[in-house]
Amino acid sequence: MFVEGAGELSLFGFRAIRDAFRPPFEPGEILRQLHELGLRSAPLIAVSGLAVGVVLSMHTRASLERFGAESMIPAGLAMALVRETGPLTAALLLSGRIGAGIGAELGAMRVTEQIDALEASAVDAFKYLVVTRTLACVIALPILTTLMNFSGMLGGFLAERAASGMSLRLYFDRSFSLIDVTDYVPATLKTMVFGFIIAITSSYLGFTTSSGTEGVGRASTRAVVLSSILIIVSNVVLVRLIFFVFPGLQR
Amino acid sequence: MTAAAPARASSAAEVVSGPEVALQLEGVTKSFGRRVLDGVSFSVPTGTGLVILGRSGTGKSVTLRTIIGLVRPDSGRVLVGGEDVVGMTRDRLNEVRKRIGFLFQNAALFDSISVGENVAFPLRRHTRLSEREIRTRATEKLAQVGLAAEYTRMPAALSGGMRKRAGLARAMVLDPPLLLADEPSAGLDPLTSDEIDHLLLQQKEQSRTTLVVVTHNMASARRLGDRLLMLHEGRVRAEGTLEEFERNADPMVRAFLSSPNAG
Ligand SMILES: Nc1ncnc2c1ncn2[C@@H]1O[C@H](COP(=O)(O)OP(=O)(O)O)[C@@H](O)[C@H]1O
Ligand SMILES: [Mg+2]
Repeated sequence: MFVEGAGELSLFGFRAIRDAFRPPFEPGEILRQLHELGLRSAPLIAVSGLAVGVVLSMHTRASLERFGAESMIPAGLAMALVRETGPLTAALLLSGRIGAGIGAELGAMRVTEQIDALEASAVDAFKYLVVTRTLACVIALPILTTLMNFSGMLGGFLAERAASGMSLRLYFDRSFSLIDVTDYVPATLKTMVFGFIIAITSSYLGFTTSSGTEGVGRASTRAVVLSSILIIVSNVVLVRLIFFVFPGLQR
Repeated sequence: MTAAAPARASSAAEVVSGPEVALQLEGVTKSFGRRVLDGVSFSVPTGTGLVILGRSGTGKSVTLRTIIGLVRPDSGRVLVGGEDVVGMTRDRLNEVRKRIGFLFQNAALFDSISVGENVAFPLRRHTRLSEREIRTRATEKLAQVGLAAEYTRMPAALSGGMRKRAGLARAMVLDPPLLLADEPSAGLDPLTSDEIDHLLLQQKEQSRTTLVVVTHNMASARRLGDRLLMLHEGRVRAEGTLEEFERNADPMVRAFLSSPNAG
């Protein structure tokens, strides 16, 4: 049962990758999903980032103050955000918003025969619904992660401003003083994998929904739970991989 | 016409073949755990109407779904315009599907777009018409089913009967040569139901559209069916013209004919 589900889920993923490169492409639908899943998630990410930044900054201040290293607060916070906190927090928040949304939407479309109606209208429902959402998620996640990083730094600035009156200019200069491309790029690009996981898991659960409205609710909940777990587990592998490819990051 | 109709149906199917047969099923079998279709055979000449009768759960919807390739039979052939849709490549199947209009039992309108856009959807996907023409045609089709004023409303805001009619407008918007309708008049008031029948008849007579209609409504069945077919427990229980049905002594057939809304 579990193994069978895992096999089917993987096939679903492979099929999405394969079909993404085969016409017809659905640019209109991809844009619509970018708006729905990406742009409309921006407020959630921005507000959460701000709050996370404030809290991280308070922790960073508490630990660095002991060593008299307050000037390192912006850089320490930025490093924590960019390398791990931003990508993972953004992905988990989005697995909630996007995963639940896709699971419920496609689940409802399945049980009300709208997916069959697409097929009957000579439209490849998998391409039209799954591939478009997957592409939108893969594109949106790194962008939203970057937004999370920035709003986190802004939150850190606000906390720091309140504590020490530091200027915005100085704060951001110090924030970027230690970060280089290899801190930002691999950590941010790995969220494309998270986006893929969210879209594929929730689409799969939506597509295979049965037994009416009850099944729709179940698909939605399971989409969030399963994609969150898969994100956290795959993150371990991805971080190992990034350290392997960029050994300099371990210093 | 007796209870031993399946054999007759398939031999009749062999007689009428060639381009004049719009649709032909040969020994279609399907199980979902238990057997749902058990050797269903019939054929529908181009430009005629076949009405499928039968109690709930006897496989009427599954039969329609096999015709459009949504359900793949375990065995048997489903010939649409002479081509077997079973095991067809996706691209080919899509070409066949463009020539078939399908009204789902529960309408299956797309929830996320307006009623008008539902009707416009096949035009957007499969024609190169201009935006204006698409809107004009979709509005025309909506007007034919009495929903001209509902273009911009969302499907969730419509009554069940209105959804059904919008679904029919969507199914007919490409003027398909083959139209499959699953209980088009269920849940409609008698007047609207008459109008829908009239629309289907008009489509059949003016455009030579082949109709396959599932209904429980005997008045509709009499109007739309050049031939009637009764399914029972996944088999063809009886098949023939209305006159043949009326002479049939099978109590099941009699029960259907005598009640105006059997089912
Ligand atoms: N996809 C499916 N999976 C499992 N069982 C199905 C499926 N589709 C139909 N059935 C079963 O097949 C039988 C016939 O269904 P259907 O064709 O919808 O009946 P009806 O004649 O009322 O339209 C029913 O028992 C139904 O539960
Ligand atoms: Mg049915």
